Amino acid sequence: MAVINFELDEDQELLRGEVRRFAEERIAPGVAERERTHDFPAGILREMGEMGLLGMLVGEDYGGTAFDTVSYVVAVEEIARICPSVAVTMSVSNSVCAWPVYRFGGDDLRGRVLPPLVSGETLGAFGLTEPGSGSDAGALRTSARRDGDDWVLNGEKAWITNAGFAGFYLVMAKTDPEAGSRGITAFVVPADAPGLAVGQPEAKMGLKASRTAPLMLNNCRVANDNILGVEGQGFKIALATLDHSRLGIAAQAVGIHQRAVELAVAYAKERVQFGVPIAQHQAIKFQIAQMATELEAARVLTRYAALREGESDGGRLAAQAKLYASEAANRACYAALQIHGGNGFSEEYEISRLYRDVRVTTLYEGTSEMQRLVTARHLLRG
Amino acid sequence: MQVQLNEEQVLLKEMVRRFAEEVVAPRAREIDETGEFPREFFDQAGQLGLGGVAVPEEYGGAGMDTISYCVAIEEISRVCASSGVILSVNNSLVCDPLLKFGTEDQKKRFLTPLAAGQKLGCFALTEPGAGSDAAALRCTAKRDGDDYIINGNKVFITSATHAELAIVFASVDLDAKHKGITAFVVEADCDGYKTGSHEYKLGVNASGTTELSFEDMRVPADQRIGEEGDGFKIAMSTLDGGRVGISAQAVGIAQGAFEEALAYSQEREQFGRSISDFQAIQFYLADMSTEIDAGRLLTWRAAWAKENKKRYSLEAAQAKLFTSEMAQRVTNKALQIHGGYGYTREYNVERYFRDARITEIYEGTSEIQKLVIAAAVLDG
Repeated sequence: MAVINFELDEDQELLRGEVRRFAEERIAPGVAERERTHDFPAGILREMGEMGLLGMLVGEDYGGTAFDTVSYVVAVEEIARICPSVAVTMSVSNSVCAWPVYRFGGDDLRGRVLPPLVSGETLGAFGLTEPGSGSDAGALRTSARRDGDDWVLNGEKAWITNAGFAGFYLVMAKTDPEAGSRGITAFVVPADAPGLAVGQPEAKMGLKASRTAPLMLNNCRVANDNILGVEGQGFKIALATLDHSRLGIAAQAVGIHQRAVELAVAYAKERVQFGVPIAQHQAIKFQIAQMATELEAARVLTRYAALREGESDGGRLAAQAKLYASEAANRACYAALQIHGGNGFSEEYEISRLYRDVRVTTLYEGTSEMQRLVTARHLLRG
Repeated sequence: MQVQLNEEQVLLKEMVRRFAEEVVAPRAREIDETGEFPREFFDQAGQLGLGGVAVPEEYGGAGMDTISYCVAIEEISRVCASSGVILSVNNSLVCDPLLKFGTEDQKKRFLTPLAAGQKLGCFALTEPGAGSDAAALRCTAKRDGDDYIINGNKVFITSATHAELAIVFASVDLDAKHKGITAFVVEADCDGYKTGSHEYKLGVNASGTTELSFEDMRVPADQRIGEEGDGFKIAMSTLDGGRVGISAQAVGIAQGAFEEALAYSQEREQFGRSISDFQAIQFYLADMSTEIDAGRLLTWRAAWAKENKKRYSLEAAQAKLFTSEMAQRVTNKALQIHGGYGYTREYNVERYFRDARITEIYEGTSEIQKLVIAAAVLDG
C-alpha cells in the first residue's frame, strides 16, 4: 500500500481550480489599483465568505467548510499568487481568529462568533503584538481586571491585521500580572465593545490593500463569557494559534514565489537583448532554475507541515516551512526583479509590487529568527 | 497528498540502519583513509536485497519501490558515503537500464546476479573529453560479424576497480554524434578490458573510482542494450534515476553530519555552558534541519514520480540540485560547529564535508541540473 503520494487528491485539486479561477477572474482585476489607493477589498472578501473560504477550518456545525489543512494552504497559495493582501486578510480571519475559537471555544462562544466569520459577514483579527512586545510576546502589558461579570481591558495592540474591518478581535491580556506568561488570558472582543478604538492605519511598504492598524483598549468592557478557553490559558492558545497560522503565511509566501517565477519566465522569454530572448542566456536560465527549485522545496515543506499538523513534530515542521518558504520567496522576488532589469523597478510591472509585498513574510507571525529558535528548541529537546 | 513510509519501508529503514551502524560505520573512517574498496559490505548488502532494491524478485531483486531504494541509500550514506554511491550506482545506473531496456536473456544473465548482490556493476559513460557533454564521447564500437569491437577510454568510473560487469557507451558512428551512441553490457574479464589504478580523490575515497580502457574488446552483439543509436537516450534516462539515488546519498551525508553536530553542540562547553545554548549555534542547527527536511521531501517526490511512471527529469534534477548543494552547506556548518576538532580526523565531520563535495558534480553537475530545470520551466 503506497502511503506516499505527492499529488493533491481529487477534492483538493477541485478546490485549487475553483480558487484559482476566482482569484484570476474576481481578484486580479483592480489589484494594482487597490494597492495604489489602499482600498480594502471588502466586497471580494464577502464573496470569499460565500464560497466558504473564510471558514475553511471550522466544522460544518458552525457553518464552516471543514477542509483539511492541506486544502487550506493550497487555497491561500492560490489567492496569494494573485493578491497577497487578500491572502493575508483571509489567512488572519481563518487562522488566528476562527481557528482558535473553534479549537478552544465553548459552544456558546463558538455559536456567537463563528457563523458571522465563516459567512464573510465580518472578519476576524488577532491582538497579541504590542508596541513593546513583538517576538517577546510574553512581555505584553495589556491588562484585564475583573469587574463583576465583566473584565475591563486596558492597553494598546500594534500591527493588527484587519483592524477596523473585523467584527471580533482575539485579544491577549494579563489577568494575573504576577504569573508571567501563565497570567495571560485570551478574550474575544467584539468590535462594538465600549472602550475599543482603532487607530490610524499604518502606512506600509507593501500589502497596501490589507488593513493594519493599532488597537486602543481604554477601560474596554468585555463579558466574562468572552474568555476563550480558561483564565490563564491565553499564552498557550496564542502559541498554538501561531504554530497553525505559520502554515497560512508559508502558503502566502509560496503563492508569491509561484507568481515571481511565472513573471520572470514570461519576461525572460519576451525580452530581447543581444539579439536573443534573455531566457537563452545561461545567467538568466540559472536564476530561473534556482527559483523554480526553491519553489518546489518551499511548497513541499508547507504541504508536508500542513499534513502533519497536530503531530508531535508539527510545531517544528510549521516553523521550518514558514522559515524556508518566506526566505526563499524573498530570494525569488529579488531574482525575478533582477531579471526584469530596470523595468522591474517600475510600478508598471507586477514584480515591483510582489517585491514589496513579499518582504513582510519573514517578519509577521514570528520573524525568521523566532522560527529558528522554535525549531532549535524542538531539535535540542530531542 | 500523503507522505508516510509504509510498514515495509519502515522495516527496511530499520534493517538498513542496523546494518549501516553495526557493519559499515565501524570501518567507514578506515576505508576512507586507505581507499580500500569495501567489497564485503556490498556482498552483505546484497544478501539484504540492497543490490537491486527496486528490481522485481524474479530478477533477483528485493521487489520494492523507488522510495524504499532512497531510504536504503540515505541510511547507508548516513554512515559511509562511499558505500552509498557504490550501491546507488549498482541499483540506478546498472540494474535500472538492464531492467528497462534489456532483453529477457540479458535480464537473466546480467541483471539477476547484479540485483542479487552476487556481482557488482559500474557505469562507463564519461570520457576524458566528454563529461557534461556526454554526446561528445569518442569510444567506438565497430560491428564485426556477431560481435562488436570496442575501443576507447573511460574515466571517473565508480566501482570500476572491482566491478564484474560494466554498462559501456560507445559510438557506432561518430559522425552521427549522439545518434551513434550505443549501450552494451560488458563483463570485466573479457579480453581487452583494462582497469586503471586507484584514483586519489578529495572524498568518497573507498568508491573504487578508476579509468577503464578498451583495446579491441570483443563484445557479442546480444550484449547490446537496445538498438544501435539508442545509447544516448538510455544514458539520459538512466541518469534521471541515478540523480534520485545521488539525492538520497546527499540527504544521508547531510543527516549524518547534522546528527554529529547536534550531539557535539550539546556536549561541548564554552563560556561555562554547552554551545547549543548559544543562538548562533541554534540557528545553524535550525537551518540545517530545515534544509535536510526539504531535501528529503524533494528526493521522495522525484522517487514517487519515477515510481508512478510519470516524466520525472525535472523532479530528479531539482532534487539533485537542491540536495547536493544543501549537503555542502550542512556539512560545512556541521564542521563549523565542531570548531578545530571538526578539522581533525578524530571526528567524522571532516569526512562528511569532503564526501558531500562530489554530489554537486557526478551524475550531472549542478550546472547541468540547472540547464535541465530551466529547459523544463521555460518550455512549460
